[in-house]
Amino acid sequence: MMAMNSMQRTLTTLGQQEPDRVPLFLLTTGHGAKEVGLSIEAYFSRAENVIEGQLRLLKKYRADCLYGFYYASIEVEAWGGNTLFGTDGPPQCGAPIINDTQIDTLEAPAIDGAPGLRRVLDTLRGLKQRVGDSVPIIGVAISPFSLPVMQMGFDRYIELIYEQPGRFERLMQANIEFCVNWSNAQLAAGATAICYFDPVSSTTTIPRALYLETGHAVARRCLPRIKGATATHLASGRGLPIIGDIADTGTAIVGVSALEDLAQLKAAANKRVSLLGNLNGIEMRRWTPAQAEAEVKRAIAKAGRGGGFLLGDNHGEIPQLVPDEVLLAIRDAVDRWGRYPLDWIADWQDEGA
Amino acid sequence: MNGWIAAFREALETLDRIGAESIVNQARSEMTPIQVVDQVVVPALEQIGQAWETGDVALSQVYMSGRICEELVEQVLPPSDPDRKHQPRSAIVVLCDYHMLGKRIVYSQMRASGFELFDYGRMDVDELVERALADQIRVLLISVLMLPSALKVKQVCARLKAAGAPIRIAVGGAPFLFDDRLWQEVGADAMGHNAAEAVSLVEGWMREMA
Repeated sequence: MMAMNSMQRTLTTLGQQEPDRVPLFLLTTGHGAKEVGLSIEAYFSRAENVIEGQLRLLKKYRADCLYGFYYASIEVEAWGGNTLFGTDGPPQCGAPIINDTQIDTLEAPAIDGAPGLRRVLDTLRGLKQRVGDSVPIIGVAISPFSLPVMQMGFDRYIELIYEQPGRFERLMQANIEFCVNWSNAQLAAGATAICYFDPVSSTTTIPRALYLETGHAVARRCLPRIKGATATHLASGRGLPIIGDIADTGTAIVGVSALEDLAQLKAAANKRVSLLGNLNGIEMRRWTPAQAEAEVKRAIAKAGRGGGFLLGDNHGEIPQLVPDEVLLAIRDAVDRWGRYPLDWIADWQDEGA
Repeated sequence: MNGWIAAFREALETLDRIGAESIVNQARSEMTPIQVVDQVVVPALEQIGQAWETGDVALSQVYMSGRICEELVEQVLPPSDPDRKHQPRSAIVVLCDYHMLGKRIVYSQMRASGFELFDYGRMDVDELVERALADQIRVLLISVLMLPSALKVKQVCARLKAAGAPIRIAVGGAPFLFDDRLWQEVGADAMGHNAAEAVSLVEGWMREMA
């Protein structure tokens, strides 16, 4: 088979066909700061830094995508919140910014009024200018249903979902407007697709019946208005019982958890949606190169055949503490074991690996 | 007894506050308040915790169950009640992190199980070590969501133990669930896979320390 570029490889697998090899989506953010020798805070303060960091990471790990993601709370900054920067991990969201009564008058902020969001858009434009259509560029939007964890605090949000349906709906209306505008601005700036982070919809967080009334209904109102492909990511949460429901929202990809079996997930996806995952990003920090290779083989063996699979971590962001040698070992293992037609899998299964 | 536990669990999982209260009131006609807590409330919460671990119950149900139980137990067994468990001085904290839900769930379930403990909120390493020593804490429960925060538990354990504090430290939160060797790496004495397990751990330590 002729070698494909990253975009061709990705589109082929999303079409439920086998490309030349399994696409590798290494979703790294903070590693870019290390590459350009800056603190996390300084790195994310200028679009040029992130463009340079992402391009260096692309060259180093030879992954199949660029990641325009900064940090989750950059969206909350647009709503008036703040971000707390540390030295050894991703920035974290500051205190909640809205209470129950403030929801009644809440309006979605303008995208161009938020300096952080403008930096992300500049980053996407810069990346697009450099790679054109050869490499998928992934933008990120937190789902309207999951954003309130940062807007109002997780405990109060759970109580709101159960106890105040009217206010919940009001909050969703404002958040859907924001999410649609933010996603479409990223697509216009050069993002190929939007990773729609929706951990609250995971069955780790809410039961399926409640998901169908809430997160699922919200996704069905939101995703059709986003003018490009989306990947729904459950950020480590379980999704096996709802994978068909997620496919019903029209999303192209589901980011799946290390807590679930990829073969079962692949069967449940039934070619209606592709899978992204599910390497354990937390354990990855202490993997040896041999373990990294074994994990890559396991994932490809379980989900690679027939396409519809992108190899990545299970959270949607690889912790900055994961060393280069592990990421490079993953890269090498994909080169060695990810080439279709994956005819080593039958022997591997016979060996009972 | 098992019938009460099953009915109480079902009421909790469906957020049926009135039903849950009615079961507690029925049980009280045959048991003392502390027996109701130990033989109905705690087993039901344990089952819900285990069901969350296997993916059969969601976090929202665990959280709301803990809250309902906390309120019910507060009524039948107020903090001043002499039947409240005589326990080592205990505290719970979120370390270097801003994700408070896990701690809130464990705190509720500890209180719903008849324990009283300090809620330290969110602290960094220096604050926590200083406060735990000043309060002469014997059991410390640390909750985290982020991996860098989990790794900072190592400093807390090392400094408290170097100070000679007779303290037991249990950890919980996502990084420990995704890496089952991490709790030992950071020097904790145990990890709780779910909130109910934290309660069992403290009960076990309480017996050892008695």
